[in-house]
Amino acid sequence: MAINKENYTRRDFIKNSGMIAGGVVLVSLLNPFKLVFATKKPVGIGKWYGVGIDIEKCIGCGSCARACKIENEVPNEPFFFRNWVEQYTIMNDGQIKVSSPNGGIDGFKQPVPDENIYKTFFVPKMCNHCAKSPCTQVCPVGASFESPEGLALVDQSYCIGCGYCVQACPYGCRYIDPQKGVVDKCTLCYHRLEKGLNPACMMACPTGARIYGDLNDKESALSLFVKENNCAVLKPQLNTGSKLFYNALSQEVH
Amino acid sequence: MPLQVKRLLLAFAVFIAIMLVLKYFLTPDSWREYGAYRGKALTEISGKEAKYVEMETCAECHDTIAGLKTQGLHVSVQCEICHGPGYKHADDPDNNDLEIPRERQFCLRCHTKNMASPQDIIKQIDAVEHNEGEECITCHNPHQPWL
Repeated sequence: MAINKENYTRRDFIKNSGMIAGGVVLVSLLNPFKLVFATKKPVGIGKWYGVGIDIEKCIGCGSCARACKIENEVPNEPFFFRNWVEQYTIMNDGQIKVSSPNGGIDGFKQPVPDENIYKTFFVPKMCNHCAKSPCTQVCPVGASFESPEGLALVDQSYCIGCGYCVQACPYGCRYIDPQKGVVDKCTLCYHRLEKGLNPACMMACPTGARIYGDLNDKESALSLFVKENNCAVLKPQLNTGSKLFYNALSQEVH
Repeated sequence: MPLQVKRLLLAFAVFIAIMLVLKYFLTPDSWREYGAYRGKALTEISGKEAKYVEMETCAECHDTIAGLKTQGLHVSVQCEICHGPGYKHADDPDNNDLEIPRERQFCLRCHTKNMASPQDIIKQIDAVEHNEGEECITCHNPHQPWL
């Protein structure tokens, strides 16, 4: 569409500008801006799993990480974890130390003498099963996906092992399985949930610091946990829609 | 219609036809059953065997110990945290023994003194001062520690 510039008046310009602006407003009314979800968020139907972790109850025994490795056949050598525990130590001079020897599987030692410690606590970490997960959105072949229950899963027979999702996850929850050459991550023990059992890490926790549940059901253990406690998610500024809720999360944790 | 446009359209048509044929043969069965992934992957993942059988299964045979445990402070500690996954043992108890950890170091995984552990939730001991070298289970019954 060419414009005849010689006979183009100010009136024409304003008229055309008005039409374009009106058109944009009309289209945006017909199709309003929606939040981007990797999968459709179910409204009131089916389950929508989330996880809750009570930092005040974690004793740092590492039973969760140990049980997870056995249940899901995670390679035993270090640095391959579906879930792990970190010990945060904030010293009187403001220095922050984070340690996680072998993911906490063999227990923790506190190298800092007690009198130098301002505050110290354990933070168990695992997949956040984000509703707007960065990891599933970058998969070039559709092997990483969110299940209808809101769990971020990997189709290992379809994964090409490019490792893009490993970099995309802001929480460091994925790894390339050295034997299979494909990506592996927490499934919230999907195979156990379907059989009516608790996920291995939830079962193994001796103090009940870890809970999971259906966020659509307002009476579920997790919904009540989020309701009764002041919960926070990790890296909220990234807008990942994380569904891992921490009670008593200190601002030093990232 | 000019000749060069006709040729271009023909080339496009051939290209689109090839793409459609490739798509027909390369798309897996259950693609887009729920979303842009193989729907069958869900059943493949959920079909894996569960290794931890949970306390109710243990109590079917070991009811005395399970009963004893409900009265002690270790009531919330699942059998398989200490004894390991029980799926083989539950299927065939005669040929698959579970581990019975007796070392002091094993108990200290949870009970070692650490400022990061909440004092009111777990009893902690100083591993150096508290009867060093002794096995914990000589004094404490792990199934009913403080009764």
